Amino acid sequence: MSRVSIAAAPADTDALRRALQRPGCGGFCVFEGWVRETNEGRAVSGLDYEAYTELALAEGERIIDEAIARYGVADARCVHRVGRLAVGDTAVWIGVVSPHRDEAFRACRYIIDQIKQRLPIWKKEHYLVGESSWVACTHGTAHEHHHHD
Amino acid sequence: MTAITVEYYAQLREQAGHGRENLSTTAASLAELYAELRQRHGFSLDSAQLRVAVNAQFRDWAQPLAEGDVVVFIPPVAGG
Repeated sequence: MSRVSIAAAPADTDALRRALQRPGCGGFCVFEGWVRETNEGRAVSGLDYEAYTELALAEGERIIDEAIARYGVADARCVHRVGRLAVGDTAVWIGVVSPHRDEAFRACRYIIDQIKQRLPIWKKEHYLVGESSWVACTHGTAHEHHHHD
Repeated sequence: MTAITVEYYAQLREQAGHGRENLSTTAASLAELYAELRQRHGFSLDSAQLRVAVNAQFRDWAQPLAEGDVVVFIPPVAGG
């Protein structure tokens, strides 16, 4: 079954959570990335996400496979939004389940960091003042530190 | 000449003025193809800032083109 989706509408996070429940899992870790009202000092009114869906899905599945192999977690799901989003909207949802919490936290962190570096998804920010622009996160390497808050 | 399809996203789509084009090219590699298209469309991004995918797989810039390939140049990503 596909563990990654690129969605034009808000995700049903209750359904995602239920799909991850396992009797053997005592730890469930979620990361949500929200649209923030400022970026690099500029007031943001909203943004557009655009994805190369076919490759984003394939790369997302690879990232989850890597997280499972590295940290031994039981399963994970990821949803990334596309289209117009407003401040406060959830842009990305990641859920990881594991027998114990430590692996779930680590795998969740790994997945969001890799998504930001590798998924072919682009963000055009709209500002309260001035012209909209494509946000350029560089194609990072695995050891680079990336903020995601 | 090799007949291929190129898809554009983000700023490349805006600068090309469309998201997809079918074309025939004599470019010997993906790098040569980008150079040709950059000249045609005036792309601001250098190939060093891009990655490239063929048929939904990331590929090396030195790869030659095959008939029917779907090529996508990947500008710096910003998901999450």
